[in-house]
Amino acid sequence: MPVLMSFAAGLVFGIGLLLSGMSNPAKVQGFLDLAGRWDPSLALVMGGAIAVGLIGFRLAHVRTRSLLGGAMHLPTARDLSKPLVLGSLAFGAGWGLAGFCPGPALVSLGTGEAKAVVFVAAMLAGMFVYELIERYR
Amino acid sequence: MSIDWPHFTPWHALAGGMLIGMASVLFILFNGRIAGISGIAGGLLRPRRGDMDWRIAFLGGLVLAPLAWRLFAALPEARIDAGYGTLVVAGLLVGVGTRYGAGCTSGHGVCGLSRLSPRSLVATLSFMAAGFVTVFVMRHLLGA
Repeated sequence: MPVLMSFAAGLVFGIGLLLSGMSNPAKVQGFLDLAGRWDPSLALVMGGAIAVGLIGFRLAHVRTRSLLGGAMHLPTARDLSKPLVLGSLAFGAGWGLAGFCPGPALVSLGTGEAKAVVFVAAMLAGMFVYELIERYR
Repeated sequence: MSIDWPHFTPWHALAGGMLIGMASVLFILFNGRIAGISGIAGGLLRPRRGDMDWRIAFLGGLVLAPLAWRLFAALPEARIDAGYGTLVVAGLLVGVGTRYGAGCTSGHGVCGLSRLSPRSLVATLSFMAAGFVTVFVMRHLLGA
């Protein structure tokens, strides 16, 4: 049951990305191009998601078990660390270069787009580099 | 700044965003998990018994979303301007960056901001700023 629910959540998330237009890298870059002809769509996508999320996560924060009876894996880290900022800056640079962040890249993978395959392979390689550095440090 | 009215799609953006929010809320309420795509994918590279199936299922749903979409409608337009070399560099940056930054647009931008997490606000402001600067340099300084 948890696995089925997990699949359903991923599917709805992906359909949301497609409907919102965020699976289109050109549209994401249109948002990031403040100095050009600016497409504000991404701001409304985040606004819509957060409006729903504010209510939902308030409900989640008072729960001790999930609705399916499992543990609640809510983040516990609080520190504003250097890796948090530097990592996010690196992510943002890659995001701007390609117009892809992880979610839309995986959705595009499902369309069979060759460029998405290359991006996702590089992204996984990057995550693997992190694992290697952290494991042997 | 001038608004790109022909490409601005407020209603689709809002509706799609609300679906993304719903998926994230269902996931935390039913599965007790944060719908952070980079964290879910990254965890696959650190295999632990009993921790893989839900990750594969969530990412499977994400990858199969276009297939489900095509049962009802034609896929929306997607244009990837970046060349293959740029995509490799960008992918590496996104992979390493989201792991050190502990999240991406979904985990920090949607879930974290919904939880009013200061860490996620700092992360979101950081990747947004880097995204704005990168596109500015690329389009307006280098003219790519």
